[in-house]
Amino acid sequence: MEIVVLVKQVPDTESLIQIAGDGVSIKTEDLKWVMNPYDEFAVEEALRIREAQGGTVTILSMGPAKTVETIRTALAMGADKGVHINDPAAEGSDPLATAKILAAALKDIPFDLIIAGMRAVDGDNYQVAPAVAEFLGIPQITQVIKEEISGDTIRCHQVVEGGTAVIEAKLPVLFTAQRGLNEPRYASLPGIMKAKKKPLDVKTLADLGVDAGTAGTANRKVKIKALNPPPARKAITMIQGDDPVAQASELVKKLHEEAKIL
Amino acid sequence: MAQGIFVITEQREGTFRKVSFEALSEGRRLADAKNVPLVAVLCGSGLEALAGDLEKYGPDLILVADDPALAEYTTDAFTNVIAEAVKAQDPELIIIGASITGKDLSARLAARLDAGLAMDCVGVRLDGGDFVFTRPMYGGKVVADVTIDGTPKIAALRPNVMTITEAPRSAAVEKLAVQVGDVKTTVVERKLEATDKVELTEADIIVSGGRGTAGDFSVLEDLANTLGGAVGASRTAVDEGWRPHSDQVGQTGKVVSPNLYVACGISGAIQHLAGMSTSKVIVAINKDPEAPIFSKADYGIVGDLFKVVPAVTEEVKKLK
Ligand SMILES: Cc1cc2nc3c(=O)[nH]c(=O)nc-3n(C[C@H](O)[C@H](O)[C@H](O)COP(=O)(O)OP(=O)(O)OC[C@H]3O[C@@H](n4cnc5c(N)ncnc54)[C@H](O)[C@@H]3O)c2cc1C
Ligand SMILES: Nc1ncnc2c1ncn2[C@@H]1O[C@H](COP(=O)(O)O)[C@@H](O)[C@H]1O
Repeated sequence: MEIVVLVKQVPDTESLIQIAGDGVSIKTEDLKWVMNPYDEFAVEEALRIREAQGGTVTILSMGPAKTVETIRTALAMGADKGVHINDPAAEGSDPLATAKILAAALKDIPFDLIIAGMRAVDGDNYQVAPAVAEFLGIPQITQVIKEEISGDTIRCHQVVEGGTAVIEAKLPVLFTAQRGLNEPRYASLPGIMKAKKKPLDVKTLADLGVDAGTAGTANRKVKIKALNPPPARKAITMIQGDDPVAQASELVKKLHEEAKIL
Repeated sequence: MAQGIFVITEQREGTFRKVSFEALSEGRRLADAKNVPLVAVLCGSGLEALAGDLEKYGPDLILVADDPALAEYTTDAFTNVIAEAVKAQDPELIIIGASITGKDLSARLAARLDAGLAMDCVGVRLDGGDFVFTRPMYGGKVVADVTIDGTPKIAALRPNVMTITEAPRSAAVEKLAVQVGDVKTTVVERKLEATDKVELTEADIIVSGGRGTAGDFSVLEDLANTLGGAVGASRTAVDEGWRPHSDQVGQTGKVVSPNLYVACGISGAIQHLAGMSTSKVIVAINKDPEAPIFSKADYGIVGDLFKVVPAVTEEVKKLK
């Protein structure tokens, strides 16, 4: 089984996100960068499938030079090789452009299965993976919490509102990982040592035959005009006292008369 | 020139998702402001009686794709049918509710149409004739104003944010010639939980619990039932096995925007706040006066949730 995992490096979820002076980007200097949490599930699932069936797990990631750390993390978890698309011209690409570049890279990587995160926790776009599937002409199954492969068929349990849907398709398929799929392993020390020797290809847009004029911040279709802090809440009203019944009564009164939601 | 607004509605077995009405209401408002037609798109099987439900929210035209092959949502069939309708009518803007299905569909459709997509919007406004979409990023730590080049533009709206406004008119209904095309996935089965359970992302009221519940959610369930709301959870409560993953609110869980969010025994970690900070009113009940949740709440009670929550339930009952 040839498995490709799409992995993105994102700011740690603990990060304080600050708006940069230009008003349309964030300050990146002090951020800690990690693998997108949903992509950890994707890597873990790929490793489990390979452990059961044999094959190769390839990590594909686009991002600046430091992205290599995240690819190495995936290799240390046990993936076999990495492909890093690193080109300044691609920086700031919107989800559609990103997906076109990833799809171009996938023309040169054999795959039966592509696994991605259901969303990246930076842009929260939920978009790159389905777009990659579209550009490759293969089916997508999003928000998967369980999968079973038998022969050339994959059966996925997809989260839907109020339950799950069981969806089947013939490989090749792209599915996206939702929390609940598995518990990702940590990279072991021997894993980290081995990762250093695993193959990691670096590609530019030119290598992939992608026109730089379709990528990067300047060529976004979705243009960020302004970033703003979330709307401020008014100061909290603390319900004083230490008698739960009196506090409850005061709270319900406030929710009824002041906030008018009960 | 591309003109008009499409709203892709979502229904299952004859019941529309609430977000479809939110999307239609938003579409009506924008169509009025731009003086362009509002078109509702309805896909499924056996839909004769359903177009009437949409008229209440004011579409000028309802396009109906009614075919047994559309009985269950599949990405391929719905994308194929809707993309054809879009090509034929050439709308400027397509609005979709960002439910799980809506996210799946809007992303595929955007790629098919080579259209810019603003996912999970919490606002759409017009600025000199141009659409400006507001959407949280980085788990809501910042909010972006974005515009989209070219047409069609696609906006997926976060459920429970836009107001539903009735604006009844009699709409023309047109049947679409359905060509489902190549469909590569099969829905084998749908396992739905009890249907009376309110879906977290659509709930008006959520009572959420964390480690402070020590695994006992009964007092929270009582309050949620009394309020007609749903129960949510922090990741800790899910990791401990006290609640299913589907109850988790936060950056690696659901993003919710209820009218009222009651956080009980939840400290207010940044990843939890990412999932609930757009709630309209937030109440925090926590025994630690220093808990960070108090810095994000509208009303706070310092106390033991096992004493405070039942007392709140009693007070709510009195109100009714
Ligand atoms: C990558 C990543 C993603 C994450 N995603 C999420 C996510 O999606 N959602 C999420 O919630 N978390 C998420 N987390 C975890 C998050 O960082 C916190 O660990 C978690 O939210 C804490 O849960 P909690 O508030 O229930 O527990 P705690 O932080 O332990 O807080 C428990 C609170 O209960 C109070 N308490 C205790 N007993 C009582 C009582 N009897 N009455 C009243 N109050 C009481 C305590 O004072 C305390 O404030 C994520 C973490 C990481 C690293
Ligand atoms: N730059 C990238 N390189 C590799 N994979 C990516 C990249 N951006 C997004 N992805 C994949 O697409 C998923 C969804 O991302 P998004 O659409 O940005 O929310 C991520 O979880 C990754 O699996």
